[in-house]
Amino acid sequence: MLVIEQLSKVFGDLAAVDSVSLAIPKGQMVGVIGRSGAGKSTFLRMVNRLTDPSHGTIINEGKDVTALKGRDLRLWRASCAMIFQQFNLVERMDVLTNVMVGRIAHTGFTRSMMRSFTDEDRTRAIQALDRLDLVPQALQRAGTLSGGQQQRVAIAKALVQNPRIMLADEPIASLDPANATRVMDALREINRMDGLTVLVNLHTLDTARNYCDRIIAMRAGRVQFDGAPEALTNEKVREIYGTDYLAGDFNEAVTSTSLTTASLQLPKQAVGA
Amino acid sequence: MPLFFLRTRTVMTALSPAIAQFEVEYAAARKSALRTNLISTTFFAVCLVVAAWIGGFFDMTDVTLSNGDRVSMWKIWAGLPRLGEYLYKTLPVLHWDTLGADIANWFWRWKVWLELLIETILIAYLATLLGVVGAFLLSFPASRNLAPNALVLNLTRRYLEIIRTVPELVWALIFVFCFGVGPLAGVLAIGLHATGALGKLYSEANENADMRTVEGIKASGGSWFDQVRYGIVPQVVPNIISYTLLRFEINVRASSIIGFVGAGGLGQEIRVAMSLQEYPDLSALFLIIFVTVIAIDTISEKVRHRIIGLTGKGV
Repeated sequence: MLVIEQLSKVFGDLAAVDSVSLAIPKGQMVGVIGRSGAGKSTFLRMVNRLTDPSHGTIINEGKDVTALKGRDLRLWRASCAMIFQQFNLVERMDVLTNVMVGRIAHTGFTRSMMRSFTDEDRTRAIQALDRLDLVPQALQRAGTLSGGQQQRVAIAKALVQNPRIMLADEPIASLDPANATRVMDALREINRMDGLTVLVNLHTLDTARNYCDRIIAMRAGRVQFDGAPEALTNEKVREIYGTDYLAGDFNEAVTSTSLTTASLQLPKQAVGA
Repeated sequence: MPLFFLRTRTVMTALSPAIAQFEVEYAAARKSALRTNLISTTFFAVCLVVAAWIGGFFDMTDVTLSNGDRVSMWKIWAGLPRLGEYLYKTLPVLHWDTLGADIANWFWRWKVWLELLIETILIAYLATLLGVVGAFLLSFPASRNLAPNALVLNLTRRYLEIIRTVPELVWALIFVFCFGVGPLAGVLAIGLHATGALGKLYSEANENADMRTVEGIKASGGSWFDQVRYGIVPQVVPNIISYTLLRFEINVRASSIIGFVGAGGLGQEIRVAMSLQEYPDLSALFLIIFVTVIAIDTISEKVRHRIIGLTGKGV
């Protein structure tokens, strides 16, 4: 159980995250939605401690992680793996080493500096790459891969960290629909098969509805909605996104990344011809 | 500007207030840009004239023309022909039918020169190695985006500044005083200066690196060293290689000069040739250094392309 109490982050006068309190049971897949600037990214980054909270506490399995320092902090970061919108891989390094970087918190100084990972780490990395169908690309430079492949490398790297929580900060925002589906499927599979808690920031409502057990909506740093996807009505959505400037209905298909949405489907006869 | 026609009163009424506001701001921005341009151009022009004046560009000198008249003219015009005169003196006398013997005569000390050329290159090589190691290690604490705190940042930056502000020749004098005449002083002198110069270039490359990769390593639990090793180093390796090869070339040039103060290399021969007014020796020595620099440039370009371009593996 990940318990977040009164978590806030203040930048100057602006409260990017404002007294967020949540309890996330183990193994839940949680989608965090909201407009740009609502504080979703800052919230996720605070959980991983990439950003230090201004106030509040994060408690995981009864252990306070807000005060961790040094080696303990690095081990915590390794145990809640982070996936970024822009992948954040070392583009000039081969895919395999990029994945083995996931073991870095458990690798000694000399080994790490010499880039000599253990055989065990290499095995883990290859297994993770196999799971994401990326073994053929293992020795290529990460920068030569497509966006979708790079994001799957990032997921493989996250997997070898052997995490208990997986954080994904808009993992599909820079991907085309087909790759977005692959990445989201991979995240769901990890959630179901390995029982990992997954927290994923999303831009697209229908993705959140399709994949998540629970949706948290943020607006101006605060939690505006917290519940099952079914409870997220159009009215609530309008409240979250403040769509008063959008006359008429809020159209989910506009932001959709789903391949099955009617507007994106190819006419059937065109395929055969 | 196409938008200026909008300023007429009749059209103005049809414009949205935002565009009208933009018009006002745009005009103000243009005006201030023009003023900045004018002031800075004037400033630089004044600086140029003052610097040239102090530098003696406007000095006059008396010369005797070919018809015997004494006239006063600008030094730079009076002195220019002498440059050709000097260069002409350094040219060797070569005849077509005795070419072989003439060239042998021109490069009469070739055995000594070759030995000293090898020494020169070795000094440059060792000094570059010294500079690269020192600069590589110091460049990370000297980068604003990587330094653990302001104290470390400032200490390393000041150190790099001090060692590169002192010219190689001065370091060479100091080290000749400490360690005596010979290449050791030259290696230390050039190596120290190269550390300072390369450290600055490396740290600037680090500051231009993409920090998302660093964040990727940090999020996986990497320490500061891990972040530097995996997040920064692979990104900056191409820059490091080109700066290093350029520095090697510069160091070859530097090590062919520091012999002037007894720190080894070809410089001592240049000094002797100058003081004994053996002008053709100078052109021979110049030719040797020139060919060496060209060779190094050609080889280093090949090496750089090989490392950066062709191999698929990162570093």
